[in-house]
Amino acid sequence: MSFLDRSHTIAGSGFSRWMVPPAALCIHLCIGQAYAFSVFNLPLTKLIGVTKSAPGDWNLPELGWIFSIAIFVLGFSAAIFGRWVEEGGPRRAMFTAALCWAIGFFISAFGVYIHNLWVIYFGYGLVGGCGLGIGYISPVSTLIKWFPDRPGMATGMAIMGFGGGAFIASPLSVWLMSKFSTPTHVGVAETFIVMGAIYFVFMIVGAFIVRIPAPDWKPAGYTPPVQASKLITTNDVFVYDALKTPQFWLIWWVLCLNVTAGIGVIGQASAMSQEMFPGKVTVVAAAGFVGLMSLFNMGGRFCWASISDYIGRKNTYFVFMVLGFVLYCTVPYTGKIGSVGGFVCCFLVIISMYGGGFATVPAYLKDMFGTRYVGAIHGWLITAWSMAGIFGPVLVNYIRQYNITHGVPKADAYNVTMYIMAGLLVIGFICNLLVKAVDRRFHMQPDRDSALDSAGLAAAGKPARA
Amino acid sequence: MADTDRQTGTQAWQLVLAWAWVGIPLTLGVIQTLINGMKLFQ
Repeated sequence: MSFLDRSHTIAGSGFSRWMVPPAALCIHLCIGQAYAFSVFNLPLTKLIGVTKSAPGDWNLPELGWIFSIAIFVLGFSAAIFGRWVEEGGPRRAMFTAALCWAIGFFISAFGVYIHNLWVIYFGYGLVGGCGLGIGYISPVSTLIKWFPDRPGMATGMAIMGFGGGAFIASPLSVWLMSKFSTPTHVGVAETFIVMGAIYFVFMIVGAFIVRIPAPDWKPAGYTPPVQASKLITTNDVFVYDALKTPQFWLIWWVLCLNVTAGIGVIGQASAMSQEMFPGKVTVVAAAGFVGLMSLFNMGGRFCWASISDYIGRKNTYFVFMVLGFVLYCTVPYTGKIGSVGGFVCCFLVIISMYGGGFATVPAYLKDMFGTRYVGAIHGWLITAWSMAGIFGPVLVNYIRQYNITHGVPKADAYNVTMYIMAGLLVIGFICNLLVKAVDRRFHMQPDRDSALDSAGLAAAGKPARA
Repeated sequence: MADTDRQTGTQAWQLVLAWAWVGIPLTLGVIQTLINGMKLFQ
């Protein structure tokens, strides 16, 4: 398996860096399937009854845990395996992610076959979740090294794939289930097996395409800035030293709050649009609204991350926080005046910034902590997503329920939530404001760093401090 | 593999193939989503 080694993935002089984004997309488009897992929820509630749920069939709250476990494991596997991903190289990480992701599907198919939900929790949630975490961070530092002139755009392209994965997975899953279903059988197990196999092949292609640049490589005509900005370092910070800096935790909160604000409304968008505009937004129209939100989630990842290359990472997050605050405060007003168009516009921009927050953060980390361990540091930062995945939906669901039980009309039940989301963004603004350059004592010694790179294996221990 | 890269470099057809591999399914998915999204305005 030496072809997986970091040393075997070093590109030659004629290798085009534009081969790397498709390699990254091979991974992210596949693991982005997680966003579309809900298409399996209803069929999984009818495995015994087939046409309708029967006694012994699983219910939706039980099935909801599959996605929750996967996202939770995503965050923590990205943190735990981040350093291994960084030091082992992108091909080994992508190959491992492909294995975990495919095996997760196969185990889940077995779980469906024997009708044991714990097997699916283990398969899709735990094993597949590890594939999610490793796959999510695997191409990040590689892209940043290939595109030092446009790191935001490069990582935005890959992370856009995670948002776009659902567009492929959703129709594919529905089509496969329609092919495998019979009057006595739902066809979910077979669909899991086929999807696992397809994703494995797709991800392996990415693993074979990916290359890392030679240590002395730089884009034609590109001159690295000696010190372009106070907030863009030319030094590297070791992953575990980065965790000791206030900058890491400030950015962690910035991401967590931005994601909490966005993720809380994603899950409720369909119901919210119908309840705020009763009679105006039908079930079909609400489904269309959710689809449009997914598109803006994906597009925002590329657009905002690309914009951050020009206006700077810190300023991009200022835009997210200020514009997000204004839009969240405007949403109740659109409900009051009955403006569906205004409501839709507000949420499409909000959701683009939700995606943009994910896509811009790797470049933000690269600016603060250098490129050497940016993938591993990004892995730790992803735990903010796991936490936001709990905070966001809980905030929206419980506050809405509290309002309704206290006599607030359904059309107004989300207003308090919107103001709370706006408040969260104010805290995020303050955290972003406090981000300053990392103290020099955390920087790695350049001679040791270059020695690790030239060795090509980087069995790094604790680095000596500058 | 790395040695091969050093000798040949990337051909244009490889770039086209790599982008088509990811671009075609993504485009099809986006079109399908846009079609569904248009129902919001009907």
